[in-house]
Amino acid sequence: MHLAYPAVLAVLLFCVGLYGVLVRRNAILVLISVELMLNAVNLNLVAFDVWLRDTLHAGQALTLFTITIAAAEIGIGLAIVLLVHRNRGTSDVDKLTDLAETGTEPDSASIAPTTDNTAETAADQALPAGGQTA
Amino acid sequence: MSLAAGPPGFLSPAGVEIAFLLVGIATLAAALVTVTTKQLVHAALWLVVTLGGLAIEYLLLTAEFIAWVQVLIYVGSVVVLLLFGLMLTKAPIGRSPDADSGNRWAALTVAIAAAATLVWVVVDAFRSTWIDLSGAVQGSTKVTGASLFRNWVLPFEALSVLLLAALVGAIVLARPPVTRHRPSKDALRATPPRHGARS
Repeated sequence: MHLAYPAVLAVLLFCVGLYGVLVRRNAILVLISVELMLNAVNLNLVAFDVWLRDTLHAGQALTLFTITIAAAEIGIGLAIVLLVHRNRGTSDVDKLTDLAETGTEPDSASIAPTTDNTAETAADQALPAGGQTA
Repeated sequence: MSLAAGPPGFLSPAGVEIAFLLVGIATLAAALVTVTTKQLVHAALWLVVTLGGLAIEYLLLTAEFIAWVQVLIYVGSVVVLLLFGLMLTKAPIGRSPDADSGNRWAALTVAIAAAATLVWVVVDAFRSTWIDLSGAVQGSTKVTGASLFRNWVLPFEALSVLLLAALVGAIVLARPPVTRHRPSKDALRATPPRHGARS
């Protein structure tokens, strides 16, 4: 088999996943796109391992390790998404703009944490004002 | 002369290549539907098709063990985790028109530019490279297991520690916050534990 077939398929899958990461708005769909990119890398590893006929089988061993790390990553990622959804009421990555460096104040009332205390909110709102004066 | 002695052509009609192309087209189409569908649950279900197609590609590349691990872990557990995540974050069932953000054209430009560049580089680099699939099987369970436990034992054990850390971390992150408030003694006295119940 020509090596270009699996390599080109892996490249196209990676770019489809890249498009999904950039365009999706739901955090779980972003995680799905990250899985597509990881699978493209796995296909590359397997194809090059079969091509090189490595005696250590580094490609296939690394593929197994990548699959394991991807499983750990999806578990941690989903736990973080659930935590964000519980605290903010949304899993929309466009609305989680607390760390954005925009001068205009976003609509922070709709995404304010539901379990905050007032002192923390006051400190959060006082912080950018102090940064602008400094 | 060159037909008999030279390397095989780019479109040699071998059965493996035709199967690889067809499955690859199906996999790529499923991946495209995964990132473009407006229904969130359908994206996770099309991901199953994509991952299954990739498992078939691994089988065609004679990596059997990787293929079954792919089916077990990705199709079996990761997609189920994603579906649970969609369910627990109250994802809408029907079409959600705001599934895509506003920067679609920028994302499309970046993706197409990356795809064009990478396809050009990869095809130019591996134009005359050929995988010999006719020899001994590269990825059977016996070969992979011997290689894994003979040469890769330390990374394997380190990964088990990493999985344990990820498990504990996921539990700590996803657990509801522990309430420090203990029930007062009056409340305990008002409802005495029944006989045999946990005190």
